[in-house]
Amino acid sequence: MKSLLRQLGGRAAAPYLFVAPFFLLFAAFGLFPLLFSIVLSLHQWDASAGLGAMQWVGLQNYWYALTDPWFRSSLGHTFWYGLAAGLPQHLLALPLAYYIHRRLKRSRNFVVGSYFLPYITSSVAIALIFSTLLSKDFGFINLILPGTPRDWLGDADYAMPAIAFVVFWRYLGWNLVLYLSALQVIDESLYEAATLDGAGPWQQFRHITLPLLRPMIYFAVTMTIIGSLQLFDEPFILVDSESGVAPAVMTTAMFMYRMAFSYGDFGTASAISWLLFLVIAALSWGNHRLFGQAGGEHGR
Amino acid sequence: MAAKPHGRWIAALLLGAGLLILVAPFYFTFVFATHERAQIFSAPPPLWFGAQFLGNLELLTERLPFWRNVGMSIYVGLMTTALNLLLCSLAGFAFAVYEFRFKRGLFACVVGSMMLPSFLNMIPGYLVVDALGWIDQPRALYIPAAAGALGIFMMRQYIASAIPFELLDAARMDGCSELRIFRSVVLPLLGPALGTLGLITFIASWNNFVGPLVVLRSVEQYTLPLALRSMQSPNNTEWGALMAGSAIAMLPLLLAFVFFAKRLVAGLTAGAVRG
Repeated sequence: MKSLLRQLGGRAAAPYLFVAPFFLLFAAFGLFPLLFSIVLSLHQWDASAGLGAMQWVGLQNYWYALTDPWFRSSLGHTFWYGLAAGLPQHLLALPLAYYIHRRLKRSRNFVVGSYFLPYITSSVAIALIFSTLLSKDFGFINLILPGTPRDWLGDADYAMPAIAFVVFWRYLGWNLVLYLSALQVIDESLYEAATLDGAGPWQQFRHITLPLLRPMIYFAVTMTIIGSLQLFDEPFILVDSESGVAPAVMTTAMFMYRMAFSYGDFGTASAISWLLFLVIAALSWGNHRLFGQAGGEHGR
Repeated sequence: MAAKPHGRWIAALLLGAGLLILVAPFYFTFVFATHERAQIFSAPPPLWFGAQFLGNLELLTERLPFWRNVGMSIYVGLMTTALNLLLCSLAGFAFAVYEFRFKRGLFACVVGSMMLPSFLNMIPGYLVVDALGWIDQPRALYIPAAAGALGIFMMRQYIASAIPFELLDAARMDGCSELRIFRSVVLPLLGPALGTLGLITFIASWNNFVGPLVVLRSVEQYTLPLALRSMQSPNNTEWGALMAGSAIAMLPLLLAFVFFAKRLVAGLTAGAVRG
């Protein structure tokens, strides 16, 4: 026994011993489920009847999802949220980070911290406070906005923008911090040289900052794509799933959840998750074509 | 290059307005936590703290096993963090200092899994937990969460850059086993990295909503986010009590942020700015 232990503690075996616990868990709760979900997506299965009841149906689940109007509308909503919440995140975070980097000295930590706070706070707590602020009768937001009070979360036309705003509010600071951390590694002497050459602030931003930020833009936009296509928490809590508007604001991740846990159709739900994965992969690839390639020349 | 003065004012004004919009919901959570439902939905809504906090807390504990839910969140958070730190520092150590067969392949596996959207795992992950008979048990949350790829990545980077390898050789000359080297030489030097990773892991676990939503069933087992959501009903939600609960859910994070802001930001952006 002792010699076995010594051997295990020896140099040749040690690395395997050290990575083993991680990879055991990784195999059981990461890799196996992933592979199993591919298998699952090709089967029809009543989960309550045990594994033996799995029935091979080929691509039928995928076909079923693709022809389902709810799936398509959920995908439409997901894209809409991605654009309405995601795009302004970057359009605002980048100039904001630039301004903070160049102008703010003493108040910087405080400002950045405040903007970052929503990102680390519980999505449930945030959704709950927003549902009181957005409440139709005496909600604070109706109180400060002019015009007749709107039923922000009970009317599909308003619920989508309201949800998008909450998502935007939550992730703006995260992007700000990403851009700020990239700005901090840009060599100051580049700006000094540009100033000597007579370049104005706009030219410096356009020809020094933007190109050097490209790898970070690539990373940050990729994160936004991956995150917003999986949007679940905020719409799930802000709009009650029993209410009439729920189908009109449902994201694909919510649809998948409902397919699995309300209807017990795990096969179709798995097919939906892989379809969504394909969409994410395609968009990430497009983003790579846009921002990723030239980015490889700098940094790294 | 002196910017035009009024341009600077406009920028500062926009920044201030942004700050107000960002901080207001936090402020209202804490203000509403001290008011009754009727006051929250009066016009104008309360803008300053009231005296109803203890009353709200009482309501909360009537409707929910609230303190048990808080305890659950703490327990799951601590277990996730402890396991994650142990497994990730061990594996990160192996990836940083040893050469072994399949090393590249295994590491590629880890990094690759970081790219996969997490919801792909939701259904089959639930089925695995179900097959193990772990439904409605906290271990269904902390055991799967212990295999975090980000942790391995961070630990490997840190160990490779912060631990002088001569130290390891010296320990070997003194007859230390590899496990002993890890425990007595490497682990004590990992303080800052463990602190950062621990903070991130705990916060993620504390805020996790979908995981508990899928695997927990009974209200006694609920973590805080799930417990709060279960109080929300279409007709008579006790908003004051709910806001008191939200405030309690937010408070530890606000405190952690005040004390460890720098470390937290550095850790969270570590994946983004790899050298």
